[in-house]
Amino acid sequence: MPETVFEPWNDPDAEPLIRFRNVTKRFGDFTAIDNQTLDIYEKEFFALLGPSGCGKTTMMRMLAGFETPTEGTIELSGQDIAPIPPNKRAVNMMFQSYALFPHLSVWENIAFGLKRDRMDKAAIAARVEEMLKLTRLEKFARRKPHQISGGQRQRVALARSLAKAPKLLLLDEPMGALDAKLRQDTQFELMDIQEKTGTTFVIVTHDQEEAMTVASRVAVMDHGRIVQADTPARIYEDPESVYVADFIGDVTIIEGTAQPLRDGCYEVSFAEAQPKLSAQSDRQFGTGQACALAIRPEKVAISAEKPENGVNALKGTILDIAYLGNISTYHVELPGGQVIKAQTTNTRRLSRRNFTWEDEVWLSWSETAGVLLEG
Amino acid sequence: MRRFALIVLPYAWLLALFLVPFIIVLKISLSDIALAIPPYTPTLDLAAGWQGVKDFFAGLDFENFVFLTSDDLYWKAYLSSLRIAAISTFLTLLVGYPIAYGMANAPAHWRPTLMMLVILPFWTSFLIRVYSWMGILSTEGYLNQILGGLGLISEPLQILNTNVAVYIGIVYTYLPFMILPIYATLERMDASLLEAAEDLGCSRIKAFWLITFPLSRSGVIAGCFLVFIPAVGEFVIPALLGGSRTLMIGKVLWEEFFNNRDWPVASAVAVILLLLLIIPIILFQRNEQKNREAEG
Repeated sequence: MPETVFEPWNDPDAEPLIRFRNVTKRFGDFTAIDNQTLDIYEKEFFALLGPSGCGKTTMMRMLAGFETPTEGTIELSGQDIAPIPPNKRAVNMMFQSYALFPHLSVWENIAFGLKRDRMDKAAIAARVEEMLKLTRLEKFARRKPHQISGGQRQRVALARSLAKAPKLLLLDEPMGALDAKLRQDTQFELMDIQEKTGTTFVIVTHDQEEAMTVASRVAVMDHGRIVQADTPARIYEDPESVYVADFIGDVTIIEGTAQPLRDGCYEVSFAEAQPKLSAQSDRQFGTGQACALAIRPEKVAISAEKPENGVNALKGTILDIAYLGNISTYHVELPGGQVIKAQTTNTRRLSRRNFTWEDEVWLSWSETAGVLLEG
Repeated sequence: MRRFALIVLPYAWLLALFLVPFIIVLKISLSDIALAIPPYTPTLDLAAGWQGVKDFFAGLDFENFVFLTSDDLYWKAYLSSLRIAAISTFLTLLVGYPIAYGMANAPAHWRPTLMMLVILPFWTSFLIRVYSWMGILSTEGYLNQILGGLGLISEPLQILNTNVAVYIGIVYTYLPFMILPIYATLERMDASLLEAAEDLGCSRIKAFWLITFPLSRSGVIAGCFLVFIPAVGEFVIPALLGGSRTLMIGKVLWEEFFNNRDWPVASAVAVILLLLLIIPIILFQRNEQKNREAEG
């Protein structure tokens, strides 16, 4: 029996766990969230991604109950949560600062929420032990928060917020305070824990790599609006707007005008002296309509000679080389001034590298490599 | 060498302004009363050479300390002072904590103004402020006039010259010493801790008792000592606001010095008072030390 893919958002019968319906949040004159509708499904690992001030934290704080929507409703399992105070919601939050209680030990921090539920002592102890084991903190149970490392503190915060087995766990920049190496390990650990516990996670982050790594779906936000909510692959490969294409990963945006060539295929003219580029797209463009062609650097081939069957082949000079160890990104300037990024994998040692600064090279990519967007 | 100079300076200061006066007081407490200037004996007669030093030490004894135990006035005064100081400290905490809490939760741009208002009374003379309380609390004072005018009382309340007036005076005078350390701990508390407590199922009130109050404990302890220690030896407030039945060691001390002109007994009273206060002072220092360690 083939395993079914986890894609409740494509299932019209699936009941979302969280439903934002036309939610608007204003702080005075400032509109933090502008009439947004969004469904999040059970067991999802959902990321709210965007630059600071885009409203992602406000979305999360409304779920936790620290803010109430100005307009619209938020439903949790079909129930409007607006009248439920934060201490009565089956939602727990892991704070960016971790907010560990400094006067309580790790054990007491994790037990804090359980004690509020008036569970009996044995049940609390069992649950705390379970959480300590899950987050590999058994050895530190008696320590105070200031006696453990940053990474351990982060795990205490996670254990504490998971202890009450919430329907929904909110994570506010959970890895913001960790260094790069630890962050990577923690990301995988977080995914593991999410899978093990089956809890729905909503994570707020400004780190697109982190969102792509952990999330089943990512909502890219800008100025209080969700610009696109989709799987990481589709966000990356099929961005719906120049903003999303530009925000996620590395990209070259070529602005020009479209000219329909044949069904689903367009010609883009972007500079007078340059050949027209051809690109396929599901979107409809009229003749002369402003458009933007977004191409990921890894989809652009770089060669010394003009490629024989290259549809989109352009000549330019290497302006910059960003050497990242495993890959190199070449910034190639076309005669008109447009810079296009091309990436190659460094399968050879550095000394045998083909191209260097000021070299004349050819760039090429296929018709389907770029995404044609409205300019 | 520079380090030595850095250490020497504060120690020289302490030596000159604390240890030397203390030794003088201690010496007087071991002397006998005399009708002379200064009014005690023996005095060190360096002109008599070695014999003079020997006579000087031979003249010292613990007679005055023995005398303090023979009259129950003294230990009653000590106990009464400790009790009045303890009650006043508790009352100051009850008044000061909500004020500090309100200040810490006020909008950030208001806080310097509120802080200023707490400190402002220090700009006028302490004596004048205590005198003005006499005007408020006396039977014909403002308080009785207002209460009588509102029809709440038919007979004026006798507050002045009772212990109640002393409590009011101490609470009023030492309130800033309670507010400031508590405010300092509350103000640097991370607001997300309360949100976290609420998120984990606490009501607001419960979160206060489980999070805010324990975290402000060091400020509360510091504030209590800062009020309690000077309140034990307080003289002006019981003298001006207290009655004949208000027994405080500061007043006894003053009477010994100026009414009886018995410097040796007065000094003995002062030495015992200092010894009594060393315990809370050490506890206070330990609390401060612990806080520094917790922060470091």
